[in-house]
Amino acid sequence: MIAILDYGVGNLASVAKAFAAVGLDARVVDRPRDAARARGVVLPGVGAFAPAMKRLRATGMDGAVLEAMGRGVPLLGICLGLQLLFSASDEGAAEGGGVPGLGVLSGRVASLGRLAPGHKVPHVGWNLVTPTRPGTLVGDGGYFYFVHSYAAVPADAGVVAATVPYGADLCAAVQADGMAAVQFHPEKSGRVGLRVLASFGRWVSAGAGRDGR
Amino acid sequence: MLTRRFIPCLDVRDGRVVKGVRFRDLRDAGDPAELAARYEADGADELVFLDVSATLEGRRALLAAVERTAARVFIPLTVGGGIRSPDDIRRLLESGADKVSINTAAVETPELVAEAAARFGSQCVVVAIDAALAPGMPCALGRWQVWTRAGTRATGRDALAWAGEAQALGAGEILLTSIDRDGTRSGYDLELTRAVADAVPIPVIASGGAGSAEHLVDAFLVGGADAVLLAGILHDGIATLAELKAAVAARGIPVRPPWADPDGAPPAQAGVNGGEP
Repeated sequence: MIAILDYGVGNLASVAKAFAAVGLDARVVDRPRDAARARGVVLPGVGAFAPAMKRLRATGMDGAVLEAMGRGVPLLGICLGLQLLFSASDEGAAEGGGVPGLGVLSGRVASLGRLAPGHKVPHVGWNLVTPTRPGTLVGDGGYFYFVHSYAAVPADAGVVAATVPYGADLCAAVQADGMAAVQFHPEKSGRVGLRVLASFGRWVSAGAGRDGR
Repeated sequence: MLTRRFIPCLDVRDGRVVKGVRFRDLRDAGDPAELAARYEADGADELVFLDVSATLEGRRALLAAVERTAARVFIPLTVGGGIRSPDDIRRLLESGADKVSINTAAVETPELVAEAAARFGSQCVVVAIDAALAPGMPCALGRWQVWTRAGTRATGRDALAWAGEAQALGAGEILLTSIDRDGTRSGYDLELTRAVADAVPIPVIASGGAGSAEHLVDAFLVGGADAVLLAGILHDGIATLAELKAAVAARGIPVRPPWADPDGAPPAQAGVNGGEP
């Protein structure tokens, strides 16, 4: 079973429906202990970083993410779920400060106003994702659907699995030991997006928590 | 590069698709989920359902249609029409809609836009503006006036000012319909589109008047639209999404190819739609 973590941010029905469409047993869970038996964990999320971190902590789902990673269970972050994995975000932070994230990956989340000056914010629509290396969940890349106003800037460029051109080559996906995360919405990216979820499913079935780099 | 979006719009009444010309002359045209799946396979970038039901039963039928659609369509689905409260929005999102489009209620109770953005996120809040030229109106009103209640009630509001206000309230996108052009196939109102696109930093979806690929090209290049809403031009078989996308792409405008699926073969010839879902 793949656990889709519900920590009270956004609507997870579409993520669950997309997993169902590729024949995977994925369930929305709202208690950390229901994630403890999962063979794969999905961290979704929409909205702002600071309230999402607060909700993650309040529901104990921050622990569920770290516990799953500790067990070597594959993790998939989606959209804000990617950003939450990083050390800190500028979103909702005072000048020069930062709102702490889960810190699974080292790096900051910065506003598109800063990363893509002169471009409309949010970045909404279908954009061409290019993988940085073969063999990641992103496959050969393609057009994926994005909605975001912030993007991650990993400290280690080696974790970037794919980029998307919007003012600069923004981080579109990361993949490292036992985890992957995408800035786009695979559940809203047609058949190409469903393929990413199916790849994650294969990763889960293989129990290949140490795969990915 | 970020591509411009092609968004088929289905008018839905009592859970069935109908067609509207200048908000009148409605005819039955099929099952929303069926048509939605067909348009996704043809290369639609998103879909809009506009509910024109007048009854409670009709609205329930819409929720069921949204649910059926969400189970098999995996591109963003926006649902609008008759949304009055945060509960209406919640029900639609829970049924599988990704965004809601708020029109009359946004004008009459702007706090609904703010509350929806705070509770569900700006990414799912589209404010729909129906605008018409306001000749002879006082200059203070501006060139285009906002109309509500399916284009029957003049509000005395300037469309540009309202677009800016809607964005400030938390709207994530503006769906801009020219009442003057709707159903005419004479092209989008380019001046209106450009004026609103220049007035707000959020994406603008041009709507009303598409009759040819050239009209879409104009909406993007002259009007500065981020997306185009397509209804009659598709529903009446004047052009296919593949034809429209090919023609727009040929003018150097970034478009997601209808055959963007790496496993899907490109169409054998221009005008042939990509395969089955």
